[in-house]
Amino acid sequence: MRYSYYPGCSLERNAGAYHTSLMAVAAQLGVEFAEVDDWNCCGATEFIAVNRLRAYALVSRNLALAARQTGGSNGAAKGQLVAPCSACYLNLSKVDHYLSESPALASDVNQALAAGGLSYAPGSLRVRHLLDVLVNDVGYEKVAARVCRPLHGLRVAPYYGCLVVRPGFRERFDDPEYPTSLDRLMRALGATVVDFPLKAHCCGGHMTQISRDVALELIRRLLKNAADYQADLIVTLCPMCQLNLDAFQESVNGLFGTEYRIPILFFTQLMGLAFGLSPAAVGIGKEFIDARPALAKIGAAAPAAAEAAPKRKPRRGDQSLPLPQMSEEE
Amino acid sequence: MSAETPDRARRDHHATPDAGHGERVGVYVCHCGHNIANTVAVEEVAEWAGQQPGVVVARDYKFMCSSLGQELIEQDIQQLGLNRVVVAACSPHMHEKTFRSACQRAGLNPYLFEMANIREMGSWATNDREAATQKAKAQVKGAVERVVRQQPLEPLYVDINPNTLVVGGGVAGLTAALELANAGYHVYLVERDSSIGGHMAKLDKTFPTLDCAACILTPKMVDVANHPNITLMTWSEVVAVHGYVGNFTVRVRKKARYIKEDLCTGCGTCVEKCPVRIIDQNFEVGLGYRKAIYRNFPQAVPKYPVIDTANCTFFQRGKCRACEIVCPTDAIDFNQKDTIVDLEVGNIILATGYEQFDARRVPQYGYGRLANVFTSMEFERMVNAAGPTAGRVVLRDGVTVPKRVGIIHCVGSRDKNYHEYCSRACCMAALKFAHLVHERVPEAEVFNFYIDIRASGKHYEEFYHRVLSEGAHFIRGRVAEVTDAARGPGEEGQLIIQVEDTLIGKQRRIPVDMVILMAGMEARKDARQVAALFGLGCDYDGWFTERHAKLDPVVTMTEGILVAGACQGPKAIPESVAQGSAAAARVAGMIGQRVMKMEPVRASIDAASCSGCRICNNLCPYHAITFHEDRKVSEVITALCQGCGACVAACPSAAISGAHFTRDQVLAQIEGILWDARQPEVLWLEPQ
Repeated sequence: MRYSYYPGCSLERNAGAYHTSLMAVAAQLGVEFAEVDDWNCCGATEFIAVNRLRAYALVSRNLALAARQTGGSNGAAKGQLVAPCSACYLNLSKVDHYLSESPALASDVNQALAAGGLSYAPGSLRVRHLLDVLVNDVGYEKVAARVCRPLHGLRVAPYYGCLVVRPGFRERFDDPEYPTSLDRLMRALGATVVDFPLKAHCCGGHMTQISRDVALELIRRLLKNAADYQADLIVTLCPMCQLNLDAFQESVNGLFGTEYRIPILFFTQLMGLAFGLSPAAVGIGKEFIDARPALAKIGAAAPAAAEAAPKRKPRRGDQSLPLPQMSEEE
Repeated sequence: MSAETPDRARRDHHATPDAGHGERVGVYVCHCGHNIANTVAVEEVAEWAGQQPGVVVARDYKFMCSSLGQELIEQDIQQLGLNRVVVAACSPHMHEKTFRSACQRAGLNPYLFEMANIREMGSWATNDREAATQKAKAQVKGAVERVVRQQPLEPLYVDINPNTLVVGGGVAGLTAALELANAGYHVYLVERDSSIGGHMAKLDKTFPTLDCAACILTPKMVDVANHPNITLMTWSEVVAVHGYVGNFTVRVRKKARYIKEDLCTGCGTCVEKCPVRIIDQNFEVGLGYRKAIYRNFPQAVPKYPVIDTANCTFFQRGKCRACEIVCPTDAIDFNQKDTIVDLEVGNIILATGYEQFDARRVPQYGYGRLANVFTSMEFERMVNAAGPTAGRVVLRDGVTVPKRVGIIHCVGSRDKNYHEYCSRACCMAALKFAHLVHERVPEAEVFNFYIDIRASGKHYEEFYHRVLSEGAHFIRGRVAEVTDAARGPGEEGQLIIQVEDTLIGKQRRIPVDMVILMAGMEARKDARQVAALFGLGCDYDGWFTERHAKLDPVVTMTEGILVAGACQGPKAIPESVAQGSAAAARVAGMIGQRVMKMEPVRASIDAASCSGCRICNNLCPYHAITFHEDRKVSEVITALCQGCGACVAACPSAAISGAHFTRDQVLAQIEGILWDARQPEVLWLEPQ
C-alpha cells in the first residue's frame, strides 16, 4: 500500500516523535508513505478566518502538488493523500469538500494556482487521516497480528480531539460525536481502554497563546477526566493536542493546584512499542511528562481471566436492574 | 394564431375528423386552477389538439373534474357523437375513475377513454413553460393515437370472500378485528408474538387521561380471544400470500409452542418452576427477567406459555423437564412441530406496528455506557405496577430513588442524522413521565429538554399546563451530551446534561441522577420484506404507503390490502384505534357489496401462437397461468390475472396480449408522443 504523505509543519518540529514512530510502524506494516515534494503550510486553524480565498489557495497548492505527483486523476485508482495531523487533515479535506461543492470557488482558487503553474480538479484526491488508513485499510486484525509485546496492564485514555471526525462530512470515518476507532486499535494492541467521555472535546488549540486561562481550563478538564478513570496515559492522534496536554500540564498544575503527571503519547508510539520496537525508535523520551514510569507497567499484569466477571446468578435480595446489552461489544 | 374566439368551448377546431379509423375524439385540457395553467399554455395545447387528425373537438376548462367539466364531456358525447375521449389533466390515480364514469353516463364504454397526465408529469415537474407545453402536446398526441385503437371492455365480477385477515395484535389490529367481528364477519388475527396486546400492553398509563393502559386494553384482548367470529393465531407468522382482492390465500406458519393448548389451564406452575432465568429483551425491553418457559405477563392472552428453545435446558442439553414434571394436566409436549395453515380471506389489514429507535445509535447520550441512562420504554416498564420494580422509580441499582431526573426529547427523531420526522407520541409520553415521577417521587425535580412541545390533540395542551403547574422544568434546546465527566465538586457522581438553553442563549450543565431518552418510533426492521410479501409499498423510512395521505389513509395501492396503526407512520393510541376502525369499516363496506367489479385489464394467450415454452408460467406473480400438457399450450385463468403485463413482455412468441395494453395501442402511443421527433437517420427495414 502506497500513499502520498503530507507531514505538516508540526511533524518537523514539536511532533517529531509522531513522524519517527509512524514511519517505523508503517515499515512494519508494509505501508509506504511518499512525502509530497515541495509542500507548504496548511494555514492551521487561524488563516481561514483571516482570508478565506487565500487560505483555500494555500491548501489547494498542496492538493495540486499531491495530485500531480500521484499521477493525476486519470489513473484507475484515485490518489490518496494521508495527513497525520488533525488540523492538516481537516484543512485538506475541508478545502477539497468545499471546492467540490462550489465551482465558483474552485475557479477562483485555480486562477490563483495557475500563477504557480498548478491546477487542481476538486475530488481528484481522497484525503485520509493516518488513523483511518491504519484501522480501515490495514485493519485491526493485521495490526493485532504484528503485536509481539502486548500492552497488557496499561490503562489508556483514547483522545481524538475535536477536529478529526468533525464536521461530519460524508467521507468521515468515525462517529462525529463519540468515535471508537482508536479505542478498538488500542484494544488490538492489548491495552486496557478506559471510558473517556471527553474524547472528542477541545484541547484549546492555539488558545494557549491568546487566552491562556481558557485554554488551561480546557486542558485541566481533559487531564481530570483521564485521572478520574485511572488512565496511565492519554493517547492522541494530533500534534496540537499532544503539545497542549504535555507542555502545558505543569502550567495547569500551577494554576489549579493539581498534581497531574499524565504522559501524552501518539498512538503510533504505542503501536511501535507493541510491535517490539525500542522506546527510542518511536521517539519516547522527547515528551515533557516522562512516559517511562507509566510504560514500565507494560506486561506487568496480563489481564487476569478473573477480570471478566464470571457469569453468576443474581444473588437473593439483589434488586439491581440488568444493564442494556451492547450489540457491538468487541 | 388567430384571435380568441368568443365561444371557445363551442369551437370545432378540425373539420376532417377521419384519421383512417373513423373515430371521433374529444380532447379536454384541464387548467387545474393554476396547477397546470401556470406552467402549461393550456389554451394553446387545446387549440393545437383540435387540429390533429381524428379530433372532433378540443376544449380547455378550469376544472375538468368538477361537475360542470364532466357535464361538458357528457354533452359532447351526446351532441357531437364522440366515440373516444381524452382528458389531459392529473394522474390517472387521481381522476381516471371520475372521467370513466362520466363517459359511461353518456353511454360511452369507459375503456374508450384515455388520460394524459400533464400535471404530475408536466407542470409540477418543471418551471419551463415552453418545454412543459411542448411535452403536454406530445402526451395529448400519444393519448389520441392510443385512444382510437382502444376497444370497449366489460368489467369482470368476482365474489368477495367475507373473511378477513388482520396481521398484528396491537391496539390497531385488535380494534380492527373486533369491529369486523362485531359486524358479523369472520376474522383471522395473526400475531407474531406469544401474546396479543402489542406495545400498549407494556405501558403503565396513557396520556392525557392517565387511564391505566392495562385496564383499557386487557378487556379488549379477552374479547378478541373469546369472540366467536375471531380465530386468534398467536406465535404465528404469515409466510406467503397469493390471490387478489376478494380471494386471497394466505399461508400461516404456527410456530411450535411446545404446549398442548387444549390441556393447558394457564396455571403458571411451569413458569414458576423453570430453573432458567434470562433477561427479557422483548416484553421487558431488557429491564427484567423471564423464564425459558414464559408468558409476556400474567394477564397475557392467550394464557398458554411458550418454550424458548434457545434457552431451555432440555432443548439445549436434553435434561431438566421440570415443566413437564410439574404440569398438572400433562400439557407440555416437547415433540410439537411448526404447522402450516392456509387461510382463505377476502381482505387483509396490516397492523404490524413500529419499533423503538435504538438509543445506542446516539452514543453521546450514553445509553448502554452510563448505567442510569434509560430509554422511554424501559421507564414505562419501571413505572408499571406489573413491571420489574413493581412501579418504583429507582436507579439501575434497584434501590436508590433519584432526586433529579432529566428527560431528553427527540432522541432519533427530528434529527437529520437519524430520522427527520417527528415521532408524534414522545412529547406527550415525556409529559406523562414528568407527571409520574412527581407522583412517585414527590420531592424529585424533573427537567425536560425539548425542541418544541408538540401537544396537539384533544386535552393534550391542558395536560402540558398541568405538568408545568406541577413544577416540572422545561429547557428548550437539543442536548449536546450526557456525561459523567464532572468539571467541579457540584457535579461529582452525577450525570451531567450539557445543553444550549436557546431561550436564554447560554450553555448549561444540569446534573441529574437519572436520564430518560425519549427514543422515537421507526419502521420495523423487516417492514420492507413484509411489504414485499403483501405486495404494497414502503416510503423512504420504511413506513407502509397509503393510497392517499389525506383522503385514503388506510387503503394501499394494492386492492384488498389495508393498513392501520403505526406501521403506516408514527402514531399514538387514539390515532391507531381510529385507523383500526377505519380499516374495518372499509373492509365491511367491501364485503357488503358481495361481488366486486374488477378491471377487465387481463392477459390472454393466443393458443395458435403459443410455443409451449412455459416461460410465462413461473413468471406470473399471481399463479394465473396454467399449462395444458395435452395441447402443450399455456392459458391465462382470467379470474386470477391482475393485468400486470409481466407475461406479455416476456413471451418470446408475442402470443400473449394484455387487454387495454395491446402492442398496437402502446406502439401507437409511443409514436404519438414522438410526433415532433426528428426523422432518424438510420434506415429501418420493416419486418414482414
